[in-house]
Amino acid sequence: MDEQLSYLGVPLIRPRVGFFELSSCEGCQLQLLNNEATLLDFLNLVEIVNFREGMSERGDTYDIAFVEGSVTRKDEIARLTEIRKNAKILVALGSCACFGGVNQLKNRFRDPDWVKKEVYGDFPIETMEAHPLADFVQVDLSIFGCPIKKEEVERIVTDLVVGKTVHHPEYPVCMECKANENICLFELGEPCLGPVTRAGCDAWCTSNRRGCWGCRGPAEAANLKQLEEIMHTYGFDRETILDRLECFGGFASFADTIRAQAKKSPARRKKS
Amino acid sequence: MIFKVFKKQELARLHALLAVNIIVGPVSKGNDRNGKPLYDFDVVYDFSDLALDYTQTVHSPKRFVLPYQETLSTFAVSRDGWEKHVDLNVYRPLVFFGMHACDINALNKLDLVLAQSTYPNPYYMGKRKNLFIIGLDCNPEPQCFCRSMGTDSAIHGFDLFLTDLGGKYFAEILSATSFDLLSQITCQDPSAKDLARYKHVTSEKSKHYTASVDTSDLTKILDLEFESAAWDYWGKKCLSCGTCANVCPTCYCYGVAEQVDLDLQHAGKTRSLHSCNLIDFAKVAGGHNFRPQSASRLKYRYYHKHRGFVEAFEESLCVGCGRCGAACLADITPPEVIASVRGKE
Repeated sequence: MDEQLSYLGVPLIRPRVGFFELSSCEGCQLQLLNNEATLLDFLNLVEIVNFREGMSERGDTYDIAFVEGSVTRKDEIARLTEIRKNAKILVALGSCACFGGVNQLKNRFRDPDWVKKEVYGDFPIETMEAHPLADFVQVDLSIFGCPIKKEEVERIVTDLVVGKTVHHPEYPVCMECKANENICLFELGEPCLGPVTRAGCDAWCTSNRRGCWGCRGPAEAANLKQLEEIMHTYGFDRETILDRLECFGGFASFADTIRAQAKKSPARRKKS
Repeated sequence: MIFKVFKKQELARLHALLAVNIIVGPVSKGNDRNGKPLYDFDVVYDFSDLALDYTQTVHSPKRFVLPYQETLSTFAVSRDGWEKHVDLNVYRPLVFFGMHACDINALNKLDLVLAQSTYPNPYYMGKRKNLFIIGLDCNPEPQCFCRSMGTDSAIHGFDLFLTDLGGKYFAEILSATSFDLLSQITCQDPSAKDLARYKHVTSEKSKHYTASVDTSDLTKILDLEFESAAWDYWGKKCLSCGTCANVCPTCYCYGVAEQVDLDLQHAGKTRSLHSCNLIDFAKVAGGHNFRPQSASRLKYRYYHKHRGFVEAFEESLCVGCGRCGAACLADITPPEVIASVRGKE
């Protein structure tokens, strides 16, 4: 680690950062450690004081807290509140932290006790519905994705260190998908949330011929009504679109609207 | 112009002669969900990979002269200053083997802005000047309205243009390089029979157009219909996804971003093609967005193509290839949009 960080001779503060996880697979943090080619540069840019997945030392003096995972237990609320108190900047890392992620799928069931029983059997465990961090604390920055795209985190951290404004793409995945010269998956007969999902992943899934599941949440001008029309035109039923909209939680409000409409006009449920 | 004819099997020899360069041409990309064949431009290593009977490529040849994303410069940063490195990203000449007239005309239109303006774009020029283009005639697809835009035949902007006469190719020679090239294969001057056949082929092509756009007085009509309800109708459908601009052979709007590398010792400047349909297209410093509504963004896309560009260059920026409409999931097509603005549903 260099003595003093600087850019163009201007001294920079090396932020003390902590990585934390609530209910999650810790895959987002693993993404950061996975990037071996740039890992040393990344470690030089920040002073990590807490990173359970990567080191043994623990410290509570940090400027930036990256929190992965959703809140599914009461003790996690207390922990999150403590992290918020310690941190100047709190970053929601990944879809679980931003929207509840895959964990919030359980919220979609009517009977939470049944879900608990299915998953844990008779094992005694305290668990509630899954929440994004913002339901309990102020989130200063969201990093979307399941998992996060490491290149994007590196760009964001660099921007934070040099003092640049952090920008997320406002347009949907289609933009990056076309720039990768992919053939539209709808034309190949597969459903996709690319037209409404926030870009920034460089069309990771669709470039590998997997339709988008919307892990990064809605783009700024997401036209869900039109997407519903398109799904219908291409022969996908309402449940297919809902499966995807409900998967990561970013589209929860849109999914609720569609479900409410479905109650009013159940005929559209079936394939025409 | 010089005309020649040569037997079809000579084309493989032509390919072999050009193969010292990178050859880009239409290749098959499988079928869509309805079994319709799909094509795209790609680097071709084997003559048999060329799909010369292609209908239309999904994406335009634009990226070979105007990549979706291009590093304009990189910087080596030190404590005392910085050093700038510029690479125009031109490595070897590129041979386009089988480009349809619409795409040739599209490059000519891009030239008006990027090559013939007061400040030519060196990144574009470097690639454009290193193209050798073999044009190829085509049969109109349902989405094609090139005839309406006057771009159904190419007058310039290619080296060689081939028309399939059955057993032979009819060749229009437009450059010394292509003349020299043809002298290395077996060619003849066209006979009266060849000319008759050529005229027959072109008149047959005319019969196959199904889509059209009425361009008469279009600049004025667009001015008069600035407040038309048609814009709102299409705006409601628009996904603001930028697909139309990305598949368009002439859309050239872009954004430039600077990024400091993770090691704080390097930085770069990248140009990315943008689209006027994207929500942040008209967002300026301070956060104000001049076009927050998708209807207004869509309208200005048509204004640029069919009004602003015509007033500046006396021709439209649209070549009528119909890719935007074919690629649009919301089925927004120029013939329908323009007809609706004209009040013809």
